[in-house]
Amino acid sequence: MGMTITEKILAAHAGGDRVVPGELINARVDIALANDITAPIAIRGFESVGATKVYDRERVVLIPDHFTPAKDIDSAMQVKILREFAQKHELTHYYEGGEAGVEHALLPEKGIVGPGDLVIGADSHTCTYGGLGAFATGVGSTDLGAAMVTGEVWLKVPESMKFIFKGELNPWVEGKDLILYTIGDIGVDGALYRSMEFVGEAVTGMEMAGRLCMCNMAIEAGAKNGIIAPDKITQAYVSGRALREYTFYESDPDAAYVTVKEYDVSTIEPQVAFPHLPENTRGISEVGDVPLDQAVIGSCTNGRIEDLRVAAKILKDRRAAKNVRLIIIPATPAIYRAAMDEGLFEIFMDAGAIISPPTCGPCLGGHMGILAKGERAVATTNRNFVGRMGHPESEVYLSNPAVAAASAVAGKLAGPNQI
Amino acid sequence: MKIEGKVWKFGNDIDTDLIIPARYLNNSDPEHLAKHCMEDADPEFAQKVSAGDIVVGGKNFGCGSSREHAPIAIKAAGVSCVIAPSFARIFYRNAFNTGLAILECENADQLKSGDHLSVDFDTGTLLQIESGKTFSTHPIPPFMQDLVNSGGLLPYIRKRIS
Repeated sequence: MGMTITEKILAAHAGGDRVVPGELINARVDIALANDITAPIAIRGFESVGATKVYDRERVVLIPDHFTPAKDIDSAMQVKILREFAQKHELTHYYEGGEAGVEHALLPEKGIVGPGDLVIGADSHTCTYGGLGAFATGVGSTDLGAAMVTGEVWLKVPESMKFIFKGELNPWVEGKDLILYTIGDIGVDGALYRSMEFVGEAVTGMEMAGRLCMCNMAIEAGAKNGIIAPDKITQAYVSGRALREYTFYESDPDAAYVTVKEYDVSTIEPQVAFPHLPENTRGISEVGDVPLDQAVIGSCTNGRIEDLRVAAKILKDRRAAKNVRLIIIPATPAIYRAAMDEGLFEIFMDAGAIISPPTCGPCLGGHMGILAKGERAVATTNRNFVGRMGHPESEVYLSNPAVAAASAVAGKLAGPNQI
Repeated sequence: MKIEGKVWKFGNDIDTDLIIPARYLNNSDPEHLAKHCMEDADPEFAQKVSAGDIVVGGKNFGCGSSREHAPIAIKAAGVSCVIAPSFARIFYRNAFNTGLAILECENADQLKSGDHLSVDFDTGTLLQIESGKTFSTHPIPPFMQDLVNSGGLLPYIRKRIS
């Protein structure tokens, strides 16, 4: 029996030739990541066991991105804990101020994570790096704190589910729509404890932004990780970027899967997830009349330059409706600069948009666009739970950047073909 | 080890934003988090809950974020145990790591708010005191009970080292 790509990466990091689902392994960690919300607890744990040294100062990565630039005194105090720890332990990868970006956009961009890596992060969207062909999963602060000391983590080898995306994508349909459609099909616990492997020509034809986006939302189906086998497109992305050696793994033809699902993407239109779960998906033609107060384009899911280019295509020579606050958040400083150099900011400003510095900000109801009671937002983010972007009686509708931009113009949920 | 407490029942897919909204995550002090525990699901929960009470949820309890603040908030609110048919993966691990006992019980939907429940961690038996009805689940092994009683993984390790 062959192995899946996930099993191969886990085996390589557990020092063996093979692993099987259900097996408990102790694995070597290539990168251990935390942010300004989760790192303070991890650091408290690290220090509580009497540890004085991180296992590798180049592999423990701290990124203050959630409530930054610090939104209040308490947030500033949390970032201070990270800053002082990073200084004390001389961490190579600590980014703040004008170097700060949304962690899951920043790490791939800087080549800190690469194909074949085993990455754990005290952030549930750590699974994003599966788009590069890495095994990456979210953990809590205690597990992260322990890994900061030992460079190891114990894991249960997950069963794998295979999702085959066949056919050609419709206009304005992208990775975000495929993952929303999948979550709508299997539910928010449809992949609980499992690995989601995405294959098929619609996926292999996709640029890195779409792949990272699909793997980013694997957690919204309860998965341990999402993963896409690396190929020529991955190679082009990581070459000249990767800071460490990397390895391409792929699943064996006779690898075992608990489920195989096949989708014909030519039947999939842009998707919108209605409140209050990512599984409440509908095609854009079925959304009805949903007036909006805000549109957010950004986040670790859809804040990359490709996403901003799509938004600009829609927004060029158009304006956001008077009743809609359009907030655009380039996810990293490099994306910010590229958007500026490409003239996208002019399009956005002419459209009446607010351009935010890189931050997670409103995605988790932190700052930079919080919703009042009864308000509704369309967002390219990943969660639409109760109160996610502000007041518990506000609503979030998840979509891709084209739909979010078109909806901002229409003043209500709308697809690019409806404006 | 046995515990006894009043049941607070919640629905399916209780996410980590319902357990502790992100607007309170600018501070990780357990007492601060406890005040806002379950706030967006039941705004008065933190005032109403008594020490030792039990939270019962539906499937996929704790889905969403990796924030350890979620089990910390539940525990600091005085809750002794969470019971649900299934838990989200990261929450499951975070709960034990922070010293919050949790039990998977597929018949948890038969429990309701206000029930008095006796839970025996050694046998994995739940007793609905009013009705006398029992439910069986997996026992919590002694080392995991020790981990919970120590207050989580790190205090447990410290205790073992000393």
